[in-house]
Amino acid sequence: MDTTQYLDVFIDESNEHIEVLYKKLLELEKSPNEKAIIEEIFRAAHTLKGMSATMGFSDLATITHTLENVFDAIRYDRVTVQSEMIDLLVDTVDILNSMVEDIANGGKGAHEVDSIVSKLETIETGVAAANETTQEVKQDIESEIHHISSDLDEFEISILNESHERGFSNFEITVQLREDCLLKGARVFMVFEVLEQLGEVIKSNPTVNDLEEENFESSFTVILVSEHPEKEIGEKIKKVSEIETVTIHQFSVSNYREKKEEQKDSTTEEKNQLVNTKKQQSSRADNDTTKSSQHKTIRVNIEKLDVLMNLFEELIIDRGRLEQISTDLQNNELQDTVERMSRVSSNLQNVILTMRMVPIDQVFSRFPRMVRKLARDLHKQVDIEIIGADTELDRTVIDEIGDPIVHLLRNAIDHGIETPEERLRKGKPEKGTITLEAFHSGNHVFIEITDDGAGINKEKVLNKALSNGILSEREVTGLTDQQIYELIMESGFSTAEKISDISGRGVGLDVVKNTIESLGGNISIDSTLDKGSVFSIQLPLTLTIISVLLVELNQEKFAIPLSSIIETAIISKEQILSAHHKKVIDFRGKVIPLVNLKEVFDIPKENDEEEYTSIVIVKKGDKLAALVVDAFIGQQEVVLKSLGSYLTNTFAISGATILGDGEVSLIIDSNAIIK
Amino acid sequence: MANEIATEKKVIVFQLKNEEFAVSVQQVVTIERVQTITRVPNTSNFVKGVINLRGVVTPIIDLRTRLGIEESEYNESTRIVIVYLDDMEVGLIVDAANDVIDIPSDVIEPAPEVIGAVNADYIEGVAKLDSRLLILLDLKKVLTNEELNELKSPEGQ
Repeated sequence: MDTTQYLDVFIDESNEHIEVLYKKLLELEKSPNEKAIIEEIFRAAHTLKGMSATMGFSDLATITHTLENVFDAIRYDRVTVQSEMIDLLVDTVDILNSMVEDIANGGKGAHEVDSIVSKLETIETGVAAANETTQEVKQDIESEIHHISSDLDEFEISILNESHERGFSNFEITVQLREDCLLKGARVFMVFEVLEQLGEVIKSNPTVNDLEEENFESSFTVILVSEHPEKEIGEKIKKVSEIETVTIHQFSVSNYREKKEEQKDSTTEEKNQLVNTKKQQSSRADNDTTKSSQHKTIRVNIEKLDVLMNLFEELIIDRGRLEQISTDLQNNELQDTVERMSRVSSNLQNVILTMRMVPIDQVFSRFPRMVRKLARDLHKQVDIEIIGADTELDRTVIDEIGDPIVHLLRNAIDHGIETPEERLRKGKPEKGTITLEAFHSGNHVFIEITDDGAGINKEKVLNKALSNGILSEREVTGLTDQQIYELIMESGFSTAEKISDISGRGVGLDVVKNTIESLGGNISIDSTLDKGSVFSIQLPLTLTIISVLLVELNQEKFAIPLSSIIETAIISKEQILSAHHKKVIDFRGKVIPLVNLKEVFDIPKENDEEEYTSIVIVKKGDKLAALVVDAFIGQQEVVLKSLGSYLTNTFAISGATILGDGEVSLIIDSNAIIK
Repeated sequence: MANEIATEKKVIVFQLKNEEFAVSVQQVVTIERVQTITRVPNTSNFVKGVINLRGVVTPIIDLRTRLGIEESEYNESTRIVIVYLDDMEVGLIVDAANDVIDIPSDVIEPAPEVIGAVNADYIEGVAKLDSRLLILLDLKKVLTNEELNELKSPEGQ
């Protein structure tokens, strides 16, 4: 039993659920009466609660539990959704998020709970009042009162209460291991396995973690909810060897609580507990459905995928050899088998290739709530529109690109979008819009952040740059607009007159620029005063899978990314024209240059005077060019690989790929060819 | 004992023309037979291209051309020595790779001006072992691609 492994899963899943909470809360704000959304939030909160309780993060469990209660109230129309409420809920999720982060960083996820819980409870006060009568509903289970040394939290008590109402029994079980027991951890594990078959372990003392790490003497106590009789449980536990004694008692919540109450006066708290208990009943039913959906994905270290990919490529090389041998041998059975193997391995290849790809939505999905929060903090009204969230990027790029985009978005909200009053004065709609768009083009992925805000004031930028000493008076002349805009990404520059918490002190944009450049991309800015700005990030597709057209040039194979191809054609000699001593063709009414790839790539030409020429029309922005090739081979999905750090910046070659036969083929960067 | 370790250098010995060269074993990743090399256009003449080395695209340079020795046909004994330097993996084409030996460091002498046909710039030192003369190659110099950079993008201007 490796607890760190569980912890990783816990953190990953918690993050997923928190993500869902955020997303759905924002949707809820837009359509407050949508029951499906509320259900989903409720389920996410519920699962989160269950998980954190199991892992022993009680603060996390308490908060999620309260959160769940609120949604239960909403679900049954006892509370209506209001905007302020969403704020509070989003804040709560923020806290949850920070707690999970703390856990991920090795902390205990501890947080001051009371204030949040009480705030959340104010939301459902109405409900609490209505339920006050239920206070009388105290059950009395009389049995031997046994002392459990650890404290139960409200959440655990509520489960115990509820289980009783549903006809289950609560047992307090003390297991004494034999003194000479060698593998205490293993025995504990076996006992827990038995217990989990019988019911649900609510609490264990010492904690599960301590037990697994063998941080206990020789006995431990658990509280179990089960429908099985006491005797059966005892017998089953005793089947585990090296156990000295098993003591089982009925556990009574009311007795436990009475004991507790002696210590502190907590009438109000108790009221809440009862309310919680009520909620709990309805929520338990959902437990099973959420559990089953947890196992659809597994997490794999990306390095393992790299290894898998490389191993597979070696296999492909051997496949090529086998194919060769089978054709030589002319054996039907062998040929059939090899053919089959080829088919299977092509499928396998596709699977492996797509495994590494992740939709950029993973990064984008957290932006709406961030934008919303920022806009509120700054008293601005901002809508965010996300386009192309399904654009797939390699996992490694996804991991890096989040922070720069966050920064640009903050920048757009803080400096770009004006206050509602100012926008009205300018004749623009009160609400600003930020568009976040991702798309593939050529060998690159573009991410554009467009806002309809104030735009960049050139004069201001120039003055600032001069006064900050970023450039000298002389350098100013001859700067293009673009160059001026790009000054704001120099270090030591900030156009905001006031320094705000949001976009910092002008150390931000230069970091963004550096990060993007370190990823091999670049960033450009375009802007119109009072109309808005566009920040365009261009990222290389390194490590991504692209569709290419394989072409042949004198037996050398080259790959042209499909994304930059408009079409392919075969033209006759007469169609090639000459303009300014350059060969051009007429392509649908447009004169476009004809580029002979053999000249570009220094390939010996055989016979130039052929009747027909195969061409590939490629684009760069709105410019076109026709590339002359010998033959088209076909379309293929390939993994883009770099040529290695020894060969950098090779002209018109953006990388290489390994073809099915194990040979390396170069990928043409048509952007470099079109001038 | 510690003394002995410090004064021994394990090297891989390979052949170019009639001369024997050596690089430290620590810098050698593997030694491969010649396989299909994909030419990369617009690079220096000694860059033969790239190969698929177990899924990694690895650049290959012809060490003869690199060191200014006349080219020759590849044959059965031709090998590609994959070396590793500063995060770079590069394959060197050599006539033959046939030995791993320990050289006591006291037989290593600084390079004379010119050894055979090879410019002393690329040489770390020479080692005399009985009747053999081993030229220790300075991989850093061999792989510094200043010349390569100059030749970059001839049409890109």
